[in-house]
Amino acid sequence: MKKNILIIGGGPAGLEAAASLKHSGNNIILIEKSHQLGGHLARWDRLFPDGIRAREVLDKMIASLDGVNYFTDTDIAQINILDRSYSVILSNGISVLADAVLMATGFDLFDARKKEEYGYGIYDQVITNADLEDWFRTREDSRIDHPKRIGFVHCVGSRDEKSGCRACSKVCCATAVKQACEIKAEFPDAQVYCFYMDLRMFGKHYEDLYLKAQKEYGIRFIRGRVSEVAEQIDKTLQVKAEDTLSSKPLKVTLDLLVLMSGIRPSQNLEPVRKALQLAKDDDGFINERDAVYELQKTSMPGLFVAGAVTGPKTLPDTLAEARAAALQILSYLADNDKKPAK
Amino acid sequence: MDLNRVDQEKYARLVKLEPDVTCCIGCGSCTASCSAGVFSRTSLRSALLALQNGKEQEALSLLGACMFCGKCLMVCPRGLNTRHMILSIHKIYSET
Ligand SMILES: Cc1cc2nc3c(=O)[nH]c(=O)nc-3n(C[C@H](O)[C@H](O)[C@H](O)COP(=O)(O)OP(=O)(O)OC[C@H]3O[C@@H](n4cnc5c(N)ncnc54)[C@H](O)[C@@H]3O)c2cc1C
Ligand code: SF4
Repeated sequence: MKKNILIIGGGPAGLEAAASLKHSGNNIILIEKSHQLGGHLARWDRLFPDGIRAREVLDKMIASLDGVNYFTDTDIAQINILDRSYSVILSNGISVLADAVLMATGFDLFDARKKEEYGYGIYDQVITNADLEDWFRTREDSRIDHPKRIGFVHCVGSRDEKSGCRACSKVCCATAVKQACEIKAEFPDAQVYCFYMDLRMFGKHYEDLYLKAQKEYGIRFIRGRVSEVAEQIDKTLQVKAEDTLSSKPLKVTLDLLVLMSGIRPSQNLEPVRKALQLAKDDDGFINERDAVYELQKTSMPGLFVAGAVTGPKTLPDTLAEARAAALQILSYLADNDKKPAK
Repeated sequence: MDLNRVDQEKYARLVKLEPDVTCCIGCGSCTASCSAGVFSRTSLRSALLALQNGKEQEALSLLGACMFCGKCLMVCPRGLNTRHMILSIHKIYSET
């Protein structure tokens, strides 16, 4: 019998799960809160480690939806747990009796204004990783005007208990190194510095990207956290850090400072999470049923997770989880069919 | 230290001659296995960093005792040509 599967979130995780489920003979309903599909992927220009165009990846994902029912500008208005299903009312007035629900609600980017000492939103020449992606895509940002000295600050709002997050955001080292190369390619005369605490280049080809940044682009990696930024009268920025490898404090004047805002739990999910009384982790992300074997399941039967809803993920991680979630949902529905009704 | 005051021109000449100088990952293998380091503070890792920070005299003194035995060449995980790099650093930064 045809079952209803509701996918909440039209980012990479939701799109890939929908595409994986479309031939399963079930009824797939995907909802996306914003006006367009793609989640954060729609905002990125080129992807680490190899520079693939984000738009091309997204276009492929959207093309492979191919007939799946989806609603943009749509959120959950109400959700209730029944015996073997979830009764859901969407914000567009449609009601769904879902036999399985996939939460693919992703993440929020850390609000860099909260790290006041870096001056985002106060000093003109301080931008974020997402702002720089916007500029790579659109070339529209008056703050980026032939900078000669550019700095990247890793771990902004990550690995920083004072800003409420002990964990590493996983994707921002690779993003910083990628963006450092890209901006150096735009402005070959510029000096480019990366201020890092540890460089977490864990994935396939990431170390190659790091070597390329050093060898081809001459990016200077400084091991130390930027402690403060001050705007000078000419709008340049005076940046202070310790070069911890030589144990000496250093300062440098920059024309542009790019903050690597980290990955934070999505606030859009909170009403759903509360309605379902679903537990969250210390870091605010949704807990998997267990962190090794049952990554796509939650504490509730029929409620599944994929992508950054459970914590920082790269795109390949996210897509793999989405496909895994699709399989788990199908086997859950098949098992349910065999059980006698209460 | 003030990075605004680093002699970028000299450093650029070194990089041209020895592209490997930008590729150090700061692991410290060279320093740990240095034969001269037993007698006098010698560290290619620290010297490269000193150059990037504009501390040229410090860099030279960190390499002054090098005997060019090449052990650092054998242990460098990135396979950088450390021995030749040290020669070039002496050549460029010892000129007055
Ligand atoms: C600066 C930066 C650069 C990155 N660059 C790369 C890269 O180059 N390569 C790479 O592999 N990874 C990269 N990543 C990681 C990548 O962005 C994530 O892996 C990916 O976006 C996760 O997909 P997702 O679907 O889980 O979440 P998201 O992309 O956040 O999508 C979630 C979607 O769900 C929607 N949603 C949320 N709540 C609701 C709700 N209640 N109802 C309906 N819809 C809802 C949201 O509007 C959003 O569209 C980068 C991350 C950052 C921060
Ligand atoms: S990935 Fe790198 S920049 Fe991002 S939080 Fe982890 S260590 Fe910091």
